[in-house]
Amino acid sequence: MMKKLTNMQRDALREIGNIGSGNAATSMAKMMQNKVEMAVPDLKIIAFEEVMDMLGGAETTVVANMFRINGNAPGTVFLIMSLEEADSIAQHFSGLELFDCQDDPEPLGVSAIQEFANILTSAYVSALADFTGLHMQPSVPLISIDMAGAVISQGLVEISQANDYAIIIDTVMNVPAKKRHGTVKWPVFTASRSGLSTKNIQCTGY
Amino acid sequence: MNSIKTVVKVGIADLKIAHSPETIRTTGLGSCVGVVVYDLQKHVAGLAHVMLPDSQMLKKPNMNMMKYADSAIDMLVNKVISEGARLSALQAKIAGGAQMFQMASSSEVMRIGPRNVEAVKRQLKEHHIPVTASDVGGNCGRTIEFDPLSGDLYIRTVSKGEKVI
Repeated sequence: MMKKLTNMQRDALREIGNIGSGNAATSMAKMMQNKVEMAVPDLKIIAFEEVMDMLGGAETTVVANMFRINGNAPGTVFLIMSLEEADSIAQHFSGLELFDCQDDPEPLGVSAIQEFANILTSAYVSALADFTGLHMQPSVPLISIDMAGAVISQGLVEISQANDYAIIIDTVMNVPAKKRHGTVKWPVFTASRSGLSTKNIQCTGY
Repeated sequence: MNSIKTVVKVGIADLKIAHSPETIRTTGLGSCVGVVVYDLQKHVAGLAHVMLPDSQMLKKPNMNMMKYADSAIDMLVNKVISEGARLSALQAKIAGGAQMFQMASSSEVMRIGPRNVEAVKRQLKEHHIPVTASDVGGNCGRTIEFDPLSGDLYIRTVSKGEKVI
């Protein structure tokens, strides 16, 4: 079963995560106009319930960007942000002074979040496609601001037909503190027929 | 306000039983469906968090059977009866089955919520268990908590607040 991955397979998955995250980090550095540091991805095989725990519990409200992947490796990719991160991303890229994604959010801000997610995810997915030689085509981003369990289960449904476990590729990215406010952290999930992976990006003070 | 209330927590693709004064809850239902089966006189209730409609979709053996509407409801009914409920007195309340992402092309995967709801209703009918209340569909996640003493099902959503069915 899934629990019995060989070392070779583990290394290959970690490398796939590394390449995808590396590309995404480059895109992020360009968008943020700042240096981005990235750690070597960590590989975990965990039960569905623990996937929710990684996001702070099934009931935590998150901003989820979902992409359907069409082509040789059909599946689902998630880019999950906390409410605060989404708010500051919307403000950063749309120029809106006030943006609250829970209180009747301004469409321009929502659109900015989706575009940010789109660029990061496309960078990640196209790196995977180049590396594996698979044809992968992400859909336009779909957004939902709701409970983590409710949004993630939409992606788990597909792999749950074949498995009770998910593969998580966990990466941390850091934008070294420049001046302004605290830590921003968001995980990206990649779900495919064969598993699920995430990179956990941390960026500080932009 | 001094009494300690025990809440039985049910995870995704899981099922459990609660006896009053315990309550039973499951969090973050999206396209999944929460099925409560209860005997109001015996103050016992079972809750299943169903992910998929049909165990015929099973692609491998030895999978978690609590994931599928048909097999989970069979197990739930057996378990709640073994814990003191009477088959003839069983009633059900259901919640969930939302579509979390709005998409132009509604592929089978995206339509999983409504399919789960249909499958749950079908399987409850097999067991002749009436559905006394339901809150299904829509596009928001739900957290539900059932009180076997009153038979109330509390539903919490992020955008539309709380309600009781």
